[in-house]
Amino acid sequence: MNEGRREIIQIAFVAVAIIFLIKLFFIQVIDRRYAELANSNAILKEIEPPVRGLIKDRNGKLLVFNTPEFDLEIIRKEVKTLDSAKFCEVFEMTIEDLRKNFKELRAKREYSPVKPTIFIKQLSNLDFAKIQDRIDEFKGFYIKPRSTRAYTSQSMANALGYVSEISKDKLASDKEKIYRQGDEIGQSGIEAYYEKYLRGKGGVRYWLRNVDGIVKGPFDEGRNDTLSVPGQDLISTVDIDLQEYGEFLMKGKAGSIIAIEPATGEILSMISGPSYDPIMLTGRNYSENFVLISSDTNKPLFNRPLMAQYRPGSIFKIAQAMVALQEGVISPDTRFKCDRSIIGCHGPHSNEDLRGAITHSCNPYFHQALRRMLNQGKSNSPFDDTRIGLDQWTRHISSFGFGTPLGIDLPNEKGGLVPSSAYYDRAYGGRPWKFSNIYSIAIGEGENLVVPLQMANFAATIANKGHYIAPHLIKAIGDSLKPLPQFKQRHYTTIDAANFQIAADAMQRVVESGTGQYRAKLDSVIVCGKTGSVQNEPRPDHSVFIAFAPKENPKIAISVYVEFSGQGARAAASIASLMIEKYLFGTTKRPQVEAYVLKGDFLD
Amino acid sequence: MIREDNITHKIDWVTVLLYGSIVFLGWLNIYAVTYDENATTSIFSLDINSGRQLIFIAGSLIIISAILIIDRQFYETFAYIIYGLLLFMLLLVPIVGKEVGGNKAWIGIGSFGVQPSEFAKFATALVVAKLIGSIGFKIDNFRNQLILFGLIAAPILLIILQKDFGTALVFTVFLVVFFREGMSPFIILIGMAFGLIFVLTLLVENQYYLYLGIAVLLGLAIVLGRKKFKRIAILTAGALAIVLVIESVDYIVTDVLKPHHQNRIKALINPDSDPLGFGWNVTQSKIAIGSGGFLGKGFLKGTQTKFDFVPEQSTDFIFCTIGEEHGWVGSLFTIALFMVLLLRIVFLAERQKNKFARVYGYSVACILFFHFAVNIGMTVGLFPVIGIPLPFFSYGGSSLWGFTILLFIFLKLDAHRMQVLQRL
Repeated sequence: MNEGRREIIQIAFVAVAIIFLIKLFFIQVIDRRYAELANSNAILKEIEPPVRGLIKDRNGKLLVFNTPEFDLEIIRKEVKTLDSAKFCEVFEMTIEDLRKNFKELRAKREYSPVKPTIFIKQLSNLDFAKIQDRIDEFKGFYIKPRSTRAYTSQSMANALGYVSEISKDKLASDKEKIYRQGDEIGQSGIEAYYEKYLRGKGGVRYWLRNVDGIVKGPFDEGRNDTLSVPGQDLISTVDIDLQEYGEFLMKGKAGSIIAIEPATGEILSMISGPSYDPIMLTGRNYSENFVLISSDTNKPLFNRPLMAQYRPGSIFKIAQAMVALQEGVISPDTRFKCDRSIIGCHGPHSNEDLRGAITHSCNPYFHQALRRMLNQGKSNSPFDDTRIGLDQWTRHISSFGFGTPLGIDLPNEKGGLVPSSAYYDRAYGGRPWKFSNIYSIAIGEGENLVVPLQMANFAATIANKGHYIAPHLIKAIGDSLKPLPQFKQRHYTTIDAANFQIAADAMQRVVESGTGQYRAKLDSVIVCGKTGSVQNEPRPDHSVFIAFAPKENPKIAISVYVEFSGQGARAAASIASLMIEKYLFGTTKRPQVEAYVLKGDFLD
Repeated sequence: MIREDNITHKIDWVTVLLYGSIVFLGWLNIYAVTYDENATTSIFSLDINSGRQLIFIAGSLIIISAILIIDRQFYETFAYIIYGLLLFMLLLVPIVGKEVGGNKAWIGIGSFGVQPSEFAKFATALVVAKLIGSIGFKIDNFRNQLILFGLIAAPILLIILQKDFGTALVFTVFLVVFFREGMSPFIILIGMAFGLIFVLTLLVENQYYLYLGIAVLLGLAIVLGRKKFKRIAILTAGALAIVLVIESVDYIVTDVLKPHHQNRIKALINPDSDPLGFGWNVTQSKIAIGSGGFLGKGFLKGTQTKFDFVPEQSTDFIFCTIGEEHGWVGSLFTIALFMVLLLRIVFLAERQKNKFARVYGYSVACILFFHFAVNIGMTVGLFPVIGIPLPFFSYGGSSLWGFTILLFIFLKLDAHRMQVLQRL
């Protein structure tokens, strides 16, 4: 039954061999093109790096763009003789430097004597004009243009981040071979987070060269060439005018300002002070400046809005009030005596209701309120009772976005800390704990930790009466004109809208007649705010203020945190109100407040 | 009848000689790749591949002796156990394996690594031969066919898990063995059709164009053909089946294949789809071979096959060196050597008296042929760049030993072919 099958297989074997021999005869004997190509190593492969995407502000103003720079490349095998004296003169380097460059060249991972390798990085524009005329004198050397980042503004450095050459480790873990040695990659900020959108895709051109290495035209009529695909442009949520104004106000201070549009979660400005000029971390001066900036004791590279974890202070009382209302342990009319025996207070008041307690930031009131919240009598043991109450409390507080990173579109966001019963179990090493051990969380001191971004998000949540959208810096990616999908999603708190209304009313009174009245108030618009001062014995308090405005249909929610600047009513409230005024009206008309802010210098 | 027990008198010396020649030529070419006129490294130096290959060759001699000493019955008796062991090792690879060149196919023993997938070939050949050779086995039986496909599917799946797509493909060549043993050629045709659709799917960026093409063809077939319900139903079912295949290919390509495999296949069809990588390899490989001309540049005189123009020069692209240094004549000689070897193995297989040895012999021939065809095919730009070695020729211990075991088990069986007869 299998007759002939042996022959079929044998014929197939021989047929394949014959096909190979015919094909080989064509490429080896008939087509002389390959021999010519080989004789001169004739194909030059030129990689065309992609153009990185641009970044614009929310009003379409250009923030980040690209500017050309030039590298000097070498194909080692083509360098037969080199007049090193002349080379050093043209490229303004010493003989030692030249030797060093040759030595380093061989150590490069991708070094090959027949492929172009970078020899001098980033010749400046000025050098280039001179060098361009004389490059032909040095056989085997080629000038290769590349682009580097440039900025229209000196602000927003920490949010934008910077790009620099890809590290060896990253290159090694780049399994899909997207990057080559020498490629630039976003290292922090938006540049890093949106790297895959910004980077684009490299193209390649094949050139034919003669024996002398002179390019004679495209290989195979350019049929094998590919064009580079530029990266996608990004539109930021930031209003660069507001951003610059905020940085102007933060001069000489350490801290953060974050302004958010509550309805959308779009970040209108995000200031980290002190900052640096983004242009410093570009081009050939990158290494030198990076050392300078990263060794600065004021830590300009530390992006405080999302990385600095502070105790929140009195602004936390707003959250405490809403949680207590939600649990039904107090009503807006509940009064507590301002008994200063356990916990201190400030200002002349003695027996406030909830609104009054917020207005005057009464510490004992919230101590009492938290006691009721945590000890609801659900168990006879004070230890178990506190545990049951604290679990409820943790659930509510976490729903505001405290305790975990909010998911901003930047790397390295910190989550802060909302203490839970598990946390206290660990902290007390299994020993029992009850309300009297943990009461300082009542007024935003104790174990609570939040980052300034979470404070601004908290203000936005109150403005929205119960929900927030994760704060973000990019509102449109490329042609899609859409942000990442997670920035369309609402996160709801566990608190009813009615309780948010009570909080908003109280915050209005803080600004109109309470701790914030002198500097935060604006004539033509109702501002709702809350002051805070975070203790730092023996140094001055951190000054904190959160606010949103207008009260109805809020357009801006803001948090300001100024380190070591004293009471929140002063530096932070002033800055916040100026920012609100600037954003809502385009200008500020209170030079005395501005002067007060600028006068303050709280850096070491 | 005089019984000559000495194996040296019964072994097929023609094949042994062919084997030796190919191994020796491979070794010389491996040296040519690393040769640098400025360096004085000896061909025996362990710093370069040729020195290490010599150790692998010495290892092969030990392996050959062991194979020839072990009783002939061993291979048939323990076929399933050997196969099971190899499957177990393949299973271990993703867990304890180390990654080399994008493939996780190696098990390390100290500083020494082996690729179990190279040894899975002879193990699979043994079980396939044993099953087909068993008494009363009928290859037309559907159940038997399922078992056979299962036997080759198991190593394929495990090797795909290691992302070594090239080696996994080798096992499809058993279809040819099944064909020789009487399986309907229809199955091979289906296999080839799948390959064609696979390539088409990669070629056409958007598979909806393919669907459109299929719909148009289907429409034409229905309108122009005889309008019988049964015929239309079969055509429609066929079209739907093709769509299903395309969808699964799309899945395999995007979710199973690693980007570097996708690129290799795409580079063949359209070299500029991956200009930074494999399109470049094929172009450089063709330049190297093409520049050899009729007689070649001479031993160690090649320029293109040095300086890392083509990566994996001593393993997968070793044929470039022959093409460049020895020209078309050298290519002809090398291809002829392989052809004589393959045809000799087929001849030996056909003279076997028992089915086990015959099927095993065909498996050897087909596996070697597949490697030969795909490897040289890719260097001359006729096949996608699939990283599988040229048997006995390419640098590498696992591959040399794997092929050596494969071949010499067959030579051992062949040497004792008369004993089988005596037993009956």
